[in-house]
Amino acid sequence: MRAVLALVSGLVFGAGLAISGMMDPARVRGFLDVAGAWDPTLGFVMGGALLVMALAWFVQRRMVRPVADDAFALPGTHNLDVRLVGGAALFGIGWGLAGLCPGPAIASLAVHPEPAAIFVAAMVAGMGLFRFLEERR
Amino acid sequence: MGPTSVLSKLVLKGHGDAMLDLFPQAQPVQGLIGGVLIGLAGAIMLLGVGRIAGVSGLAARALGLSSSPPWPTAALFIAGLPLGALLVAGLTDGIPARFPQSNAILIVAGLVTGLGTRMGSGCTSGHGVCGVSRLSRRSIVATVSFMASGMVTVALVNAFGGGW
Repeated sequence: MRAVLALVSGLVFGAGLAISGMMDPARVRGFLDVAGAWDPTLGFVMGGALLVMALAWFVQRRMVRPVADDAFALPGTHNLDVRLVGGAALFGIGWGLAGLCPGPAIASLAVHPEPAAIFVAAMVAGMGLFRFLEERR
Repeated sequence: MGPTSVLSKLVLKGHGDAMLDLFPQAQPVQGLIGGVLIGLAGAIMLLGVGRIAGVSGLAARALGLSSSPPWPTAALFIAGLPLGALLVAGLTDGIPARFPQSNAILIVAGLVTGLGTRMGSGCTSGHGVCGVSRLSRRSIVATVSFMASGMVTVALVNAFGGGW
């Protein structure tokens, strides 16, 4: 049940990305190009997603446990640190350079395999590098 | 034309068509529908599996690149992403995409995206959609940070003639 729900969630997520136009790196870049030919589409995507998710959080607060597991496993929400802000800023540089974030990049593997695979391979290497640095600490 | 100057014109014109006049490239309807589906996916993950639908975290977890042990459920979520895109591509006349032409840009961007999303514990999905809608202070700060950094990056690249 849990496995099926995770697969369906990924599938719906991928379909949403494809319909929204967020799998077009130039369009995503256009949203970040506030001083140029600004493309507001990403704002509508965020708006639609936030609306549904806000409702989901409302329901979640009234549930004892998720449908297919014994307990919710959710991250903390309060601790602000340099890592959080610095890591996010670093990610933003990549996002602005290529117009790609992890979701659309992975979804693109199926439809635009060549550029997507280059980006995803480098992204996985970056994740591995972080893991390596973490273990050395 | 920037969003602030444009906003005043939108208000003056006072109807939705003004937006498409000003931004002929915008796709508000597709964006909204796609966004609702993304939110639905996040809701399935949250209420069904009890987890955040954060792509960077689940990708790392699926590949065993996270401090937690590899998790098959994460791999299934990640596998669903290209399958969902493939489904839409098959039902429509393809998914338009304009990628950067330079492999060097793809590689550098991929590297900092992998490193940054792990360091900052999330990306556009985990922080931007799931965390912001939860009103998580961490996620709001992270989202402001990557959006600002992305905007500065694009502006700098354009200023130095590297736009694509």
